[in-house]
Amino acid sequence: MKKEQDYIQDIAEIRSMMERSSKFLSLSGWAGIMAGIYALAGAWIAWSVLGFHPDEIFYSPPDLPQIILLALGVLTLALVTVIYFSWRKSDKRGEKAWNATSKRLLASMSVPLLAGGILLVILTAKGLIGLTAPFMLLFYGLALYNAGNYTISEVKLMGAVQIGLGLMNSWFVEYGLLFWAIGFGAVHIVYGIYMHFRYER
Amino acid sequence: MKVSFDDLHKAFESRVRLGIMSALAVNDSLDFTSLKEFLDVTDGNLATHIRKLEKEGFIGVKKSFIDNKPNTKYHMTPGGKKAFEEHLKVLEEIIKSQK
Repeated sequence: MKKEQDYIQDIAEIRSMMERSSKFLSLSGWAGIMAGIYALAGAWIAWSVLGFHPDEIFYSPPDLPQIILLALGVLTLALVTVIYFSWRKSDKRGEKAWNATSKRLLASMSVPLLAGGILLVILTAKGLIGLTAPFMLLFYGLALYNAGNYTISEVKLMGAVQIGLGLMNSWFVEYGLLFWAIGFGAVHIVYGIYMHFRYER
Repeated sequence: MKVSFDDLHKAFESRVRLGIMSALAVNDSLDFTSLKEFLDVTDGNLATHIRKLEKEGFIGVKKSFIDNKPNTKYHMTPGGKKAFEEHLKVLEEIIKSQK
């Protein structure tokens, strides 16, 4: 015969299982902080080393291939960091990082990210460099907003912030790199610090 | 409502079975491996509990092939959903009445 305590424990387990099996909870605050730092460093290199000052929609940078290489480098570094920290965190929780919830999380992001990625290639090919920063923010924000349904809900809020920044940036195209640095740099760092203090201490 | 411990369905006495039902309550369907990882139990243990729930008619099975490998997906039946919700209600009542 079970006791009252057991039933309270039963309910706790039901709740925990419902959450664990529907949301990916192994996102790390540190990954957000690191990704933000890479973005800030990348934006700084683009601005002062490569002389990348996109101030209008049609803009031809001094060295486009280098800018693309830099952007891909920052993206790769950020992805590797996020994957590594998520893997480490889920390992600590005794779970697998590649499970039903992380698959669903990625699937929810894939459509906006893929559409946005193709759009970026088209914009770059047409010389519409000034629009790449706002559209990156916009599509990334849409992906995060979607993903917020399958992980901690703060991700949804971050998505809304990125969407807002992207929209403002499309109006004020001359501040493209600044908006990009705020969205991919500052917002990630703030989010990472918040996550770290809220969930990891 | 007067509730007693007898109202709790026997099928949900085990934590593993309760876990299976909880996971299936929030997922349209899950395969064997995913369930095993969420519950952290052995193949044999999980299979036994699944069979019991299947016999009760609380969960359904869909078998298919992905890349020529068998893939078994489990889902909650309407009857299972009803029984699970009843169980939650009774649990709630028990705790409320003893406060």
